[in-house]
Formats: sequence, structure tokens, C-alpha cells
Amino acid sequence: MSLRGKAAIIGFAEMAPQKGDGDKTPLGIISEVARDAIADAGLEKKEIDGLLTGMAIGDYSVLWPSVVAEYLQLQPRYFGQVELGGASAAGMVWRAAAAIEAGMCQNVLCVLGDTRSTKATGTKPPPFPRLDAEFDAPYGLIAANPGYALIARRHMYEFGTTPEQMAKVAVDQRKNACKNPAALFGQKEITIDDVLNSRMIVDPLHLLEIVSPCTGGGAFIVTSAERAKRAPHRPVYLLGAGEAGGHCGITRARSLTTSLVKPAAEAAFKMAGVTPQDMDFVQPYDCYTITVIVTLEDAGFCKKGHGGPFVWEHDLTYRGDFPCNTHGGQLSFGQPGLAGGMSHVIEAVRQLMGRAGERQVKNATIGYVNGNGGIMSEQCSLVLGIQ
Amino acid sequence: MTEYKKPLPRPTATSLPFWQAAKRHELQIQHCTKCGAHIFYPRDICPECLGSELEWIKVSGKGVVYSYTIARAPTHPAFAEDVPYVIAIVELAEGPRITTNIVGCKPEEVHIGMGVEATFEDVTPEITLVKFRPA
Repeated sequence: MSLRGKAAIIGFAEMAPQKGDGDKTPLGIISEVARDAIADAGLEKKEIDGLLTGMAIGDYSVLWPSVVAEYLQLQPRYFGQVELGGASAAGMVWRAAAAIEAGMCQNVLCVLGDTRSTKATGTKPPPFPRLDAEFDAPYGLIAANPGYALIARRHMYEFGTTPEQMAKVAVDQRKNACKNPAALFGQKEITIDDVLNSRMIVDPLHLLEIVSPCTGGGAFIVTSAERAKRAPHRPVYLLGAGEAGGHCGITRARSLTTSLVKPAAEAAFKMAGVTPQDMDFVQPYDCYTITVIVTLEDAGFCKKGHGGPFVWEHDLTYRGDFPCNTHGGQLSFGQPGLAGGMSHVIEAVRQLMGRAGERQVKNATIGYVNGNGGIMSEQCSLVLGIQ
Repeated sequence: MTEYKKPLPRPTATSLPFWQAAKRHELQIQHCTKCGAHIFYPRDICPECLGSELEWIKVSGKGVVYSYTIARAPTHPAFAEDVPYVIAIVELAEGPRITTNIVGCKPEEVHIGMGVEATFEDVTPEITLVKFRPA
């Protein structure tokens, strides 16, 4: 059994990221994007019988899926939390498709929303994993920044990747963001020098190579291929999915430079029966510039170690020869908690539905999405396309 | 002595021998008597063969820098006074990798492949951290 073509995304909604906390709670954001996604899919609330959600740092508790169901007065027959960090949204797509294919439900609401901090709710943020706290945090290896810096440094050592090549990712994606009215940093283009002259945070990563946490949310609706035929927008089918994991802290990763994207992407392309070269665009998770380079290599868009020259030689803008993170990526769009990872799924859907406005990739029929969580520790690759 | 404000490990029953050894300025890791794997961090069973016969062994404390970053901004507010400092992954001669700081040289002198050896920093009366310096 394969999930290829069995389910489709038929509607979505996204809140424009906000820099501060804003005046809503995560549940307020979730309820608004959920409502708008249901309407966008041409469905009524009573038709939603599946719910997938994920952790909100700004309102963390156990039993979160039930909290969300209760807040929206949904009555899911299939529901749960996808706990894959930034890969959660990508992970939702195939889980929803699998649940539909298994006959558990018909229309799954996948929703994420978060605030910049816990200010709105007064709750305590979730703790870091205990073993990371015991063996990494005492040395300052805390949260994501230093972990990705360790990856970048090792990549530079093994393959000669340069700061300029990494900066190019941020520069091209900013051009895309300038065509995205919702992007947090879409006002002004930047140059390689701007990136390299921005403050060094964790050498070799500069400020403009690092995502900015913010407030926001997103939602999409997955339904069966059969039901998708009656949707108001062009359905976007799940053609392939693959997932991989195996470490939490980066020190325990088997390799710093060959990531779990490799098995995840191989599985996704195999299920879809296509190759990386068939993609009209890519939306790879980009918490840092190096993340894009490693992902493109491991997903097979270029040879291992050639990610730096590859991004340097290709135009990553929506009108370029290799459209990449056409919404600006999280580097320029913003990272509203786990909904940051959802922005890549939603942008792929937007492009394939032909609803990307000024930044529409011409004749886009198939694209690659990668969700990445933690320190390259959760990977979920998707191939999405229209039929 | 000023209060130590940086994050401290909280040893568990499983990891206590490692931290007790560190306090004696010894580096000890686990060794699986079944498959021969060297294991770090400490576990209750061998993550390679799932065997439960693990012994503690004293290791050389020698290793090489596998990767590193120079923190130019603090990665946690309590590290503000240490900037710039080197966060590193050291690959021990016995195989396992360990998160650490490289001390005893300028941050700019650190490089991947650099030979290092364990050095012990008694940060509180209870806790000693295992750091590395050029060998």
C-alpha cells in the first residue's frame, strides 16, 4: 500500500507573522486560522472529523489536542499531537492521509499557532530534553543556534563551504520575501555583505543567517482524493512522504554533515515515483542558511558537499532556475513556533494551487517540501503535486 | 566565591558514576562487555546490542575536536561574561563524542582535528565539568 495520490490538501490559511507577542493567545490564533482554512476548503465545521495539532510553546500543557478540539468544539474521530519540532507540519500531511486512507476520518484539520513568548498566557514554556540539559547545557550547547553552528563549521571543514555561499541563501530568499506581503522581513532586499557584516552570533553563523522567533499560525485541510474533486481550489495531492529520526542532541547525531534528510527524501521520491530533478520548486526548512545547503545535498538536488557551490550558481528566487523557499523561507518570513515549519507546506500548496500572486512559479505542477525539527533530528520530506 | 549561575547537570542513578569520576578528575565512560561498544552518555543498557552488562572504564581523556563554534553572543544569559567561548564536540580516542568547552587556548586557535585532552573544572562543591584543552 502506498499513500501516493490517496489524499489532498484542499484549503489553507496563514496568519502574517508578528514580531512581538501580539494580543492573542496561541488558541486564539489557532482558532482563527482553523476557521479560515475550513472556509478556504469549502467545508463546514461539522465536516471536520480529524484533528492534528502540535505543541505551542506559548501555551504548553498535556492533552493539547483535546484542548484545541474543545476550544473549537470539534468532534474528531481521529486526533493527536504531532511532536516532531519543525517537521511537525510536514509530518501531519502523511499522517492525515494515512488516517483517511485507513477509514478513520474524512477531513483532517492540521493546525499550529504560537506566540513569541508565554506573556499572553502566563504559562511555563516546555523544558528542554533532560539529557541535553545534563550533558550539553552545562557547556552552553543550548537551544538551536550553537548546534547548527557546529554543523556549519564541520561542513566548511569537510567540503570547503564558504560564508559567502551560506549568505547567498539568505539573500535570494529575501528577494522572495519582498514579494510576500505577509513576510516579517519583506521590506528591503539584502546583499551578501549585509549578511556577512551582520553580527556574528555563533561563529560561523551571522545574525541574518538565523531565524527570528515570532507570533503566528497556519492551518490546512487534508481530505480524500475522492472528496478533493469537489473542492473549490485545485487540490494538491500528497504524492510521496518519508520520515527519519534517531538523535536529539547534535553531539549524538551519527554525522553532522550527512543528515537524516537523506533517508526521508529517498523514501518520499520513491513513493512518488519521481526524482529531485522533476521538481518545479523546493521549500526546504530553513532555520539557518546551512540547513538549506545540507538539505539540498541530502535530498539529492546536488552531490554531497556541493551544496555551497550549488546555491551560489543557481538563482533561488521564484523566477530563478531553482525556486527555493518562495515565501522568503523562515529566515525572512519569520518563525512562529512550529507554524514556521508549516509555512513551507502552505507555500508549496499555494504555488501548486496557482495562488502565489506576484511570486508565482510559472507552470508549477510538482514540488518538494522538507520539514526539519530540533538539531536536524526530525526529518519529514514530502512530494506534493497536482494531477 | 561568587555563585555559579550557569546550568548545572543533575546526575541520575544512571549517570552518577560519571559525575563522581569527574569529581576525582577522572574521565570514565561505559563499556559493553557483550559487544565491546564504548558508550557515552551513560545508559542503562547498551544502545548498540541492547545488552545489559555495562562496565565503567577509565579512559585516556584524549580526543580530537570534531566540530566547534565560537559563541560571540551568549547562548544563555548566564554565559554572558564568558563571551567569546568555544562550544565543541570532541571525539574521544575510544570513539564516543562528548559536548564540551575548549579551554587553555585562544578561541581562534581551535580547529577541527586538533588534539585535545580532558581537564576538569570544579564549578561547585558537588559538580565538576569535563572540559578539554590542547594536548
